[in-house]
Amino acid sequence: MSSVLPVATETAPRRNPAWRKLLRWEVLLALVVLADFLFNARISKYFLDPWTLSDASFNFTERAIVALPMALLIIAGEIDISVGSTMALCSVVMGEVAAAGHGTPLVVLTGIVIGFLAGCFNAVLVTFFRVPSIVATIGTLSLYRGIAYAIVGDGVLKAYKPNFAYFGQGYVVGPISFELVLFGGLAILFAVLLHGTIIGRRIFAIGANPIASRVAGIRVDQYKFWIFATLGLFAGLASVLLTSRLGSTRPSIAMGWELDIITMVILGGISIDGGQGSIMGVVLAALLIGLVTFGLSLLNVPGIVLSIVTGGLLIAVVALSSVLGYSGRRRSR
Amino acid sequence: MDRRTLLKTGAMMAAAATLPAAISSRARAAGTIRVGLVAKSLGNGFFVAVDKGANEAAKALGDVQVIFTGPTTTTAEGQIEVIQALIAQHVDAIAISANDPDALVPVCKRALARGIKVISYDSAVSPEGRIVHLAPSSDELIGKALNKLAAAALPDGKGKIALVSATPTSTNQNAWIAVMKGDLPNYPGLDLVSITYGNDLADDSYREATALLQKYPDLKVIVSPSSVGIVASAKAVEDAKKVGQVYVTGLGLPSECAGHVMAGSIKSFAIWNPIDLGYATIEVAVDLVRGAKGPGSSLPAGRMGSIAFDDKGVGAMAVPFTYDKSNVEQFAKVF
Repeated sequence: MSSVLPVATETAPRRNPAWRKLLRWEVLLALVVLADFLFNARISKYFLDPWTLSDASFNFTERAIVALPMALLIIAGEIDISVGSTMALCSVVMGEVAAAGHGTPLVVLTGIVIGFLAGCFNAVLVTFFRVPSIVATIGTLSLYRGIAYAIVGDGVLKAYKPNFAYFGQGYVVGPISFELVLFGGLAILFAVLLHGTIIGRRIFAIGANPIASRVAGIRVDQYKFWIFATLGLFAGLASVLLTSRLGSTRPSIAMGWELDIITMVILGGISIDGGQGSIMGVVLAALLIGLVTFGLSLLNVPGIVLSIVTGGLLIAVVALSSVLGYSGRRRSR
Repeated sequence: MDRRTLLKTGAMMAAAATLPAAISSRARAAGTIRVGLVAKSLGNGFFVAVDKGANEAAKALGDVQVIFTGPTTTTAEGQIEVIQALIAQHVDAIAISANDPDALVPVCKRALARGIKVISYDSAVSPEGRIVHLAPSSDELIGKALNKLAAAALPDGKGKIALVSATPTSTNQNAWIAVMKGDLPNYPGLDLVSITYGNDLADDSYREATALLQKYPDLKVIVSPSSVGIVASAKAVEDAKKVGQVYVTGLGLPSECAGHVMAGSIKSFAIWNPIDLGYATIEVAVDLVRGAKGPGSSLPAGRMGSIAFDDKGVGAMAVPFTYDKSNVEQFAKVF
């Protein structure tokens, strides 16, 4: 996406130390999260219950797990809106594998591998055929969902073995779910990868200025390829979790999730132009969306109002931070 | 083995955590019974009418509070989030019109495990996930009624008909279509040429209906077993200036169809009374909260008489009612 921008966009952000901008953005988000947590606890007597909070976490962990590699991709200046459809395709193939009588390990492996392959296909379209990523993934958005419908039609696949339910419904200890632990672990992994390794530095560089990066000797296409593939793999993983939680597959599974996931990433402070953002912000944004939607539904606020609030939150936070001059939000003039 | 013990401990802790809740809900049962009424999606006139009937029952019963809720889009994931919020509020009963009979089972089982009476109405949840299902009518009666309506719309009982259904995964629509197909031999004049899906969305249904009109120029009747689809199809027929040539029929709300009946694109259509359905749903849910057994018994439902549930827990409320020019205006004021 950033490849359409002029080359000379990246001079201003060097003015402040990077960590300071990072801190400010995250502090803003963390404060909103805390405020909403207190608001929920105050307004609903049911909110502060470990099991209620645990149930609430199921509403966002799967999306948040896909949001982690999505953040990498958007930082690298690309986008993928086919992840919801990728999840549906993975789920359908897993359902077929389970229906053929195979056990849970093979079913899980299938889901992840299909996701990986779907991601690789997106990557080939973008890096080899030079299709702009938004166009390529609009195509695969329809394509993957279409294949899922072609395989199952109006049927349902639910031949999963009982132990498959653990991934989406199991608890590691007390009310701490497997999904939550997995998300926590992956968030740390991605934070280290993006902020603590040379790979992460190069991803920022690619998003900030792909041409300069290539000139500087970074294999831009190779990086983009592997980020797309990783994103596909994680969509496959999320598909395993969601399918396990639902205990069944229909081709309409995860419909519209791509936008929920991208909302999390943008709200998390990742610049849609690429080159800026942090994993911590994405984690906080996921938490915020989860808390806001669950808190409102505890008050039985209709879903229509809920989506207005989520949309309003996104616009308000992004616009406000732009006005206040938080990092990653100014467009260069 | 290790994981199993962990799971067991988890389940026990869950039970321990819900114990005080169970006590408090029992205490509340003496006061107010709270029933979560979950729609397929909000902004659908049908469920607004269901809510109206539900509140009528709540008022009649006196100590019942109805919490009407639902997702914005007709997805199972959205309904799961709504049901989780209801579980967290420790409601006494949850009544659901399911977007997906299977995907809701795990969350419904969780609600049942925490002592909440879960029933489905209108569109069923699979038997593992609910105590009883209250069908507005039986699939058999509705499917046959749809063929009857289609035949009635044809001038001489002969011609091509096509369907504009909801989503390919809609439980009830698929059951009715299956009955329709099985019953077609009784109507040798009816020629079913196509089944399309408008996803219960106005613009998708309109597009499907318009496509049908273009694809089959000699099409005589469009049948839509969806309250969204029938209106969109009627609009498509009117916009294509084919009123009098093509008739639309199916299941719809009188208030939404009245204009099209007057315009001539709809001759007659049918629907059970969603107000009655909401009313009966709350009556049945409250019966269960008060300790009634579900499957295999007959439950009292106020002014709707008593509803018999078979061994699988399925009960049918009534036969669908046909509306035409003579009575649609009168019912349009109701729902």
